[in-house]
Amino acid sequence: MSDANPAEMPERARIDHDQVKPRRDSRRRGRGEELQVPEAEFRSYYGRPIIKAPVWKNPDVPLYLFLGGLAGSSSVLAAMARATDRPTLRRAGRLAAAGGAVGGTVFLVHDLHRPARFLHMLRVLKPTSPLSVGTWILSPFATFAAATAATELTGWFRRTGDVTGVAAAAIGPALATYTAVLFSNTAVPVWHEAHRHMPILFGASAAAAGGGAGLVFASVRDNEPAARLAIAGAAVELAIDEKMQHDLGMLSDVYDKGRARTLMRASKTCLVAGALGALVGRRRRWSAALSGLALMAGSALTRFGVFDAGIASANDPAHIVVPQRERLRQRQETTNTPSDRTTPSDRAFA
Amino acid sequence: MTNVFEAFSGETPSLSGLLPDPTTDAGWSGDHPKRVGFFTDTSVCIGCKACEVACKEWNLVPDDGTDASDLYRLTGMSYDNTGDLGASTWRHVAFIEDVRPHGTATTGHMPSGLPAITGGAPTRDAATPPPGGGTVDLLALLPDGASGATGGGIVGAHGQQTPDDERDVRWLMASDVCKHCTHAGCLDNCPTGALFRTEFGTVVVQDDICNGCGYCVPSCPYGVIDVRESDGGAHKCTLCYDRLGEGLEPACAKACPTNSIQFGDLDELQAAADARLAELHGRGVEEARLYGRDPDDGVGGDGAFFLLLDEPEVYGLPPDPIVTTRDLPEMWRNAALTAVGLGAAVVAAFWRGRK
Ligand code: SF4
Repeated sequence: MSDANPAEMPERARIDHDQVKPRRDSRRRGRGEELQVPEAEFRSYYGRPIIKAPVWKNPDVPLYLFLGGLAGSSSVLAAMARATDRPTLRRAGRLAAAGGAVGGTVFLVHDLHRPARFLHMLRVLKPTSPLSVGTWILSPFATFAAATAATELTGWFRRTGDVTGVAAAAIGPALATYTAVLFSNTAVPVWHEAHRHMPILFGASAAAAGGGAGLVFASVRDNEPAARLAIAGAAVELAIDEKMQHDLGMLSDVYDKGRARTLMRASKTCLVAGALGALVGRRRRWSAALSGLALMAGSALTRFGVFDAGIASANDPAHIVVPQRERLRQRQETTNTPSDRTTPSDRAFA
Repeated sequence: MTNVFEAFSGETPSLSGLLPDPTTDAGWSGDHPKRVGFFTDTSVCIGCKACEVACKEWNLVPDDGTDASDLYRLTGMSYDNTGDLGASTWRHVAFIEDVRPHGTATTGHMPSGLPAITGGAPTRDAATPPPGGGTVDLLALLPDGASGATGGGIVGAHGQQTPDDERDVRWLMASDVCKHCTHAGCLDNCPTGALFRTEFGTVVVQDDICNGCGYCVPSCPYGVIDVRESDGGAHKCTLCYDRLGEGLEPACAKACPTNSIQFGDLDELQAAADARLAELHGRGVEEARLYGRDPDDGVGGDGAFFLLLDEPEVYGLPPDPIVTTRDLPEMWRNAALTAVGLGAAVVAAFWRGRK
């Protein structure tokens, strides 16, 4: 363990020793099938984690992901509502975009262990760092979205507001999906290995959240596009989540236990209920609002679930050793030259 | 450093793969000093932890215990009382008590995996976690005090209870350190530029820039760097950057009494390591292997590499680390495409809408 004070770093301290142990009874043989090695057969240094779990704070970071997604898709909804003359949806979208962006920024700054130095993020632009790129996406987006919302609320400078609204909408989708790269571009196995699924998952989740916000705040006369977007987002999110967990193989076990499992289940329930509600109930104000709330909750719960799964994955040495051993074995098989520098052939993994 | 265009458009040589000179790649002019590093030969390590102490003293690294119950950081798994590398542990001596049934460790060959002793509970070996968490409840280890206090079903299985003639015990010791990767995930992911590559080819955090975002922490494939809660900054081995500038060797290498930690120019260390490996293999120590030496491995080779006597994971090292940014160009492409898709989906949602 590091010098982390468990009281201050709750995520880090919460190592589930059921996960850390070599597991001899795999509850779900079905999903691990691609993997030839039985789960129990791996060695480690006294079962300790190999990589460090993120020190990102909970709920700051999952909430930031949710709010970024909400703001991103809402900004596009608002710009389109402006173009097609749907005033209540426009207003809802603009306020959600600004609220999400500003709230997200607050959480992002609060997540820093030295918040006073937030502006150090802006001293460089590093394409190799998703957090650097993300800061440069978030900063202009938040500026444009906040300006748009201000014109919406005050009624002043409406023309300018329309222009900044379009500018925010141009950046919004990137804000919604870059966070997938933020997570995937780490050594956390369950995030990194899902780097093809995560952008779609987060993008769809953003659509569900933005559409949900539209359902909650726009009038029934204007909310049809929001309902469509939210339903499509929820459907894609449910589908890609299934696919992701399937493709992850043995790594997906972190989605099947502990808090991540609860969160993902709750997320699915909310998404299904919200999508159905939006489908049949968008014409009634109260049912539209309820469905919208459920969709937003589903989107947020997904982010919390993915975050938790990542912590569990990082703390599990099996998630590092077993796939990497398998990779070495496959590489040896294909090249047929034992890479004796790291692994003598007599020690090749069973 | 890469320019914006390169980084967003597919193959950037500096994100992964062979890279003979990371120092020049990082923007230093061609006449920089040679790349330096560590070769840690664990076959002569005696586990004295002089390196840990020397590192702490020279670098003024604070205590890594946090409260009274953590006094002395008893891990309860072996003579390792540090646990792992972290913000306040820049050298960590791993200590493995390798227990196996009698007669199976007579030669250099070792059985794959560590089978449990027949009868009774499994022994505490390198594949079993310490009971109940990171620290040990000493009382629970007493023969009669083992009433449920030890977690994980390992009850009364402490080493002393098993007759010695049933087992062979081997001690493995290894001083772990930041690998100063050729392709360093921590450095690539640092959003402030606090992490940088020095003229010696090493990777160092500038504490006055770091804002404690913590992105480097899960980016390291070895679990080296961490955020120190007391000051909020990320910290790790600097390969004694200050000493290098004065022509001194790092404190740990200076203190190591057996020359297990060797410091020098990386190419010379690699040659020395190859010779040492050949010598050990010649003496029949088949299990000796180099770790992190290959310049074409997943991180482009390590600036600090090792000679190990067992599989890397037994020492808490990942068997086949790959720098996460290897896949970054693809991730950016996917995210950009998805963003376009999301925008298109919103526009499509307005298609022929009834008002
Ligand atoms: S990625 Fe880890 S091992 Fe590599 S240079 Fe950074 S902290 Fe050191």
